[in-house]
Amino acid sequence: MNLHAIRAIYRFEMARTFRTIVQSIVSPVLSTSLYFIVFGSAIGSQMKDIGGVPYASFIIPGLVMLSLLGESISNASFGIYLPKWSGTIYELLSSPVSFIEVVLGYVGAAASKSIMIGVLILVTARVFVPYEVMHPVWVVAFLVLTSVTFSMFGFIIGLWADSFQKLQAIPLMVITPLTFLGGAFYSINMLPSPWDKITLANPVVYLISGMRWAFFGASDVNVGISLGIILGVLVVCVTAIAWIFKTGYKLKS
Amino acid sequence: MPAAPPIVTITKLSKTYKGGFQALKALDLEIRRGEILALLGPNGAGKTTLISIICGIVRPTSGTVVADGHDIITDFRGARSKIGLVPQELSTDAFETVWSTVTFSRGLFGKPPSPAHVEKTLRALSLWDKRDSKIMTLSGGMKRRVLIAKALSHEPTILFLDEPTAGVDVELRHDMWKMVRALRESGVTIILTTHYIEEAQEMADRIGVINKGELVVIEDTDVLMQKLGKRTLTLTLQQKLDALPADLVDAKLALSADGTTLTYTFDAQSADQGGVGPVLKRLVEHGIDFKDLHSKESSLEEIFVGLVASNRAEKEAS
Repeated sequence: MNLHAIRAIYRFEMARTFRTIVQSIVSPVLSTSLYFIVFGSAIGSQMKDIGGVPYASFIIPGLVMLSLLGESISNASFGIYLPKWSGTIYELLSSPVSFIEVVLGYVGAAASKSIMIGVLILVTARVFVPYEVMHPVWVVAFLVLTSVTFSMFGFIIGLWADSFQKLQAIPLMVITPLTFLGGAFYSINMLPSPWDKITLANPVVYLISGMRWAFFGASDVNVGISLGIILGVLVVCVTAIAWIFKTGYKLKS
Repeated sequence: MPAAPPIVTITKLSKTYKGGFQALKALDLEIRRGEILALLGPNGAGKTTLISIICGIVRPTSGTVVADGHDIITDFRGARSKIGLVPQELSTDAFETVWSTVTFSRGLFGKPPSPAHVEKTLRALSLWDKRDSKIMTLSGGMKRRVLIAKALSHEPTILFLDEPTAGVDVELRHDMWKMVRALRESGVTIILTTHYIEEAQEMADRIGVINKGELVVIEDTDVLMQKLGKRTLTLTLQQKLDALPADLVDAKLALSADGTTLTYTFDAQSADQGGVGPVLKRLVEHGIDFKDLHSKESSLEEIFVGLVASNRAEKEAS
């Protein structure tokens, strides 16, 4: 294992984050805070409680997940797409590293950034909305697992994409709809039949539900299933990345 | 003296790209430890493919490469940590500073941080004053130096320079030559590709010529330059000549069929012995006057064609 390489990649990526701090950290925290103000404080006061939880608090786990997913994917995909685009990928390909170091460096940095954003959002939310956390350890666990898993997913998109358009397509066209329809703003029990069943095909439902359980001790689906789904996606992503590096798909001719 | 084992051994290396283009055809090559080897060849000859395979950027279709005792596939970590690569394209991280990008490269290649070594490298390449500059603010020549600094950051024993002087001004080219020599003095084996014969002649201990994926010839530079360094002098005569005077008849001197031009062919060695001077003198002695003259070096293309043809003839004869 080339530890110096992991450190070099991680520091390089984190330096990029802090160089663009407004765009990479301030802006996602700010835009999520707008949701708290509008849906939480303003509209939330007119809404009924859901499962005994005030609406303003109810949407927090979902909004955190929404940011984590989007940020993890865009960070990691951009991180690996940029050297492909500028041509500096030659150095990574000619260096004594295997996919393990590359993933630990790039995905580690992207996930770190997402976790920072997640924590900042939770802190900011507390300013607007009073909430209490029932299982703090599980909040941290979901935060970390989701960041890592979707950074992996983003990394795959970055490897696959050969244009900026493709880089944006999956997050915008697939992930954003899945997140909005994943129950960030509602409980799936509120959906009319058959949508309450169809929505179960959306993996994001399980992520948001899991986080909501960690917050309030109650959720739409069993927390064990939520955990299983995240771990399943993680395994699929790791396998895909290992295959990409083994075959050189889109990387080496 | 028994020959030292080669630092890079390339055996039956072939590469066929997806579209079916065969860039390398069972190429064999041994690179000597501590030498400067120049690879010459026209565009698309396979030079960059060869380098890219050794460095791990392109996967070989078949064949093996052993670099400083490490197989580039089965022991890629060992091999790659010995190799530095300066690519042809000026691919840099625009927003990074010179210092941080060189420090990054060192770490990526598995070496512990060493500000002292980075400083030494930057000073040697006249980049020290620019260490805190963003790469995007540097000139093309400076960017080329940054790429060299990155390639040297992990103290490689083998350095590949892919067309280091393409698009570089004369002054920088001479700086580059000086730097390459200094590197060789420090024990680094250097392989460079170039289009320029004079560059290969100036720098290299040995020259290999690659054409259409094959190593056409590899020779010590001075031996090869005798073969390559052909020049011709063409004289347009004042008066038509029916035949050459008997004592001027020479294989190197040829009269055109219509008797209006004389062509003198000579090589690099005779150029050292006075070149065209003696011939012109003798022509004047014979009262042969001329109204125009021009001399030219045989172009790389002509040389390749010649080499490839003679290579084929040899193969067919054996």
